[in-house]
Amino acid sequence: MPPREGTYGLLAEFDTPSDLVRAAQQARKDGWRRLDCYTPYPVEEAAEAIGFHRNKVPLITLIGGLMGLAAMFALETWISVLAYPLNIGGRPLYSWPAFIIPAYEWTILWAGLSAAFGMIALNGLPALYHPLFNAPNFRDGATVDKFFLCLEALDPKFDRAETKKYLETLHPVSVVEVEY
Amino acid sequence: MATSEVEKRDPGVDPKTGEFRVVGLSQTFKSVTDEITRIVLTPNTPLGWFAILSVAGALATVLLTAVCWLFLKGVGIWAITQPVAWGFAIINFVWWIGIGHAGTLISAILLLFKQGWRNAISRFAEAMTIFAVVCAGMFPLIHVGRPWVAYWMLPLPFTMTVWPQFRSPLLWDVFAVSTYATISVVFWYVGMIPDLGTFRDRSESKLAKYVYGMFSLGWRGSVRHWMRYETASLLLAGLATPLVLSVHTVISFDFAVAVLPGWHTTIFPPYFVAGAIYSGFAMVLTLAIPLRKAYHLEDLVTERHIDNMGKVMLATGFIVAYGYGMEVFMAWYSASHWEAFMMWNRMFGPMGWSYGVLVLCNLAIPLTTLWVRKLRTNIAFMFFISIVVNVGMWFERFVIVVTSLYRDFLPSSWGTYRATKWDYMTYVGTLGLFTFLFLLFVRFLPMIPMNEIKMLLPQAKIKPKEAVGAGD
Repeated sequence: MPPREGTYGLLAEFDTPSDLVRAAQQARKDGWRRLDCYTPYPVEEAAEAIGFHRNKVPLITLIGGLMGLAAMFALETWISVLAYPLNIGGRPLYSWPAFIIPAYEWTILWAGLSAAFGMIALNGLPALYHPLFNAPNFRDGATVDKFFLCLEALDPKFDRAETKKYLETLHPVSVVEVEY
Repeated sequence: MATSEVEKRDPGVDPKTGEFRVVGLSQTFKSVTDEITRIVLTPNTPLGWFAILSVAGALATVLLTAVCWLFLKGVGIWAITQPVAWGFAIINFVWWIGIGHAGTLISAILLLFKQGWRNAISRFAEAMTIFAVVCAGMFPLIHVGRPWVAYWMLPLPFTMTVWPQFRSPLLWDVFAVSTYATISVVFWYVGMIPDLGTFRDRSESKLAKYVYGMFSLGWRGSVRHWMRYETASLLLAGLATPLVLSVHTVISFDFAVAVLPGWHTTIFPPYFVAGAIYSGFAMVLTLAIPLRKAYHLEDLVTERHIDNMGKVMLATGFIVAYGYGMEVFMAWYSASHWEAFMMWNRMFGPMGWSYGVLVLCNLAIPLTTLWVRKLRTNIAFMFFISIVVNVGMWFERFVIVVTSLYRDFLPSSWGTYRATKWDYMTYVGTLGLFTFLFLLFVRFLPMIPMNEIKMLLPQAKIKPKEAVGAGD
């Protein structure tokens, strides 16, 4: 658990995505590892810049989809062969071609739900409180038209005064301290 | 398909490609946000909104009345009987589901094809999908006769140990439509989370802050979150694409698996899917044209969008035309007496007028005029065409359901079909319900995805080589 008091990090504000990406690349190059960018829309270059390349959402989706497929196909087989065998026009009890369709739908259903809820869970949401919302300029801009770089206090390189000076060299619009 | 930066000449047309711009010139991150948030985050609701809402609400009440009476009296109040056992309920079910399909097409398939122009219309097309599925899903439930035991359709462990029959297309429908409804809602909601975050940050009232804050799940726009979000959106789009194709395919199986002439045909799945997209795009136009006018969104839903939707309608319209042609051809080529009679009866029998309406509305009017770019960019004309196609596609389902059923194999069992006032009330009522839900959506939720529009702006291009601090 991170400390619940003191400084969460230092937040630098930028006006354009290009400025943010350059600053993030520089910070990463200078050895910062506990850092994050905040943008009003997906900026892939910024994620690359802070070294975030891959995520687990596809894997979760695949597992979910396969589970849906297996669950429905097994359910259909069990019902039609064992639990409630019905003679429908002389077709075999194990009519696997007909079973494909509900199993196909459930593959998509489970995969889709896994993708959505997996993404939300990996993002640590819902998180209605976050220290960043304490920053005076964050809520005005982060979801509208401003681009932020946050160097977090958990980074071993972090020092309130030194880091502030360092961030100023990246030409931000402003640098503010974020409290827990 | 991003807009390219060029000097201003004709404001609507990009001189490099000769195409219409997707986003109007002079839009910025801020102006996009303002333009979309001001529709929702204002205490002043336009009077027109209340006027239309009350009309739609009144119609929804008509639906409620019709359904209450139906529950009291049973499906006998509808015109369904032998030989036409599937009447308005199934026509409306197929029509509404079809309308929903264009929403998924725009939000999912066009996303996979990287068609940036779809961003502006994707959100309300998805909303349209959900409300159309709400209207559609109701029909089979109230059509079963005993809606209070509709849960028997699900594989649930009852004390009677009765289980569903998985070889029937009607049961496949249950899974197809319920999956479609769920995935559409999830896709729609996931897409809205960041925009709800914008609303949370921009709203003045405490209640709005609280409610949008809850529903935005505390979204703060971290790029790590955005990347997972983008992956999930792409995956959902990739999943929704085969889903939407399968849903109307399964619905067409309801017909195609039967042995009835006019239903028992292999062309049904592709022809149903194409027809669904055809009518769905028409409905998107029917909604988009008044909306962009009422809320002054001409800069975000441009002529380019209208033009492109016209092109999609032209293409899918021709697939539908091919389907009609193939049905006629097969009636002759099969050398089946019943097939040939069905087709003759469909065209020239006592209900031949409905086939005439279908040909006029789905083929004659749109497929001759949509070739012309001047007409495709004429907003009033496109609105007219959209209504025509909606009517035509309703009649397509009418033709399929009624004219195949009312004169089948034995002349002694022939009958006719005349809808009762309860049929009409239920149908008109769903139009009211749909409009009612859509108006609520427009008033309280972001109808245009802000974050997706921002990605299309020229300012969003990253220019790494410029001097640090230079403005874009």
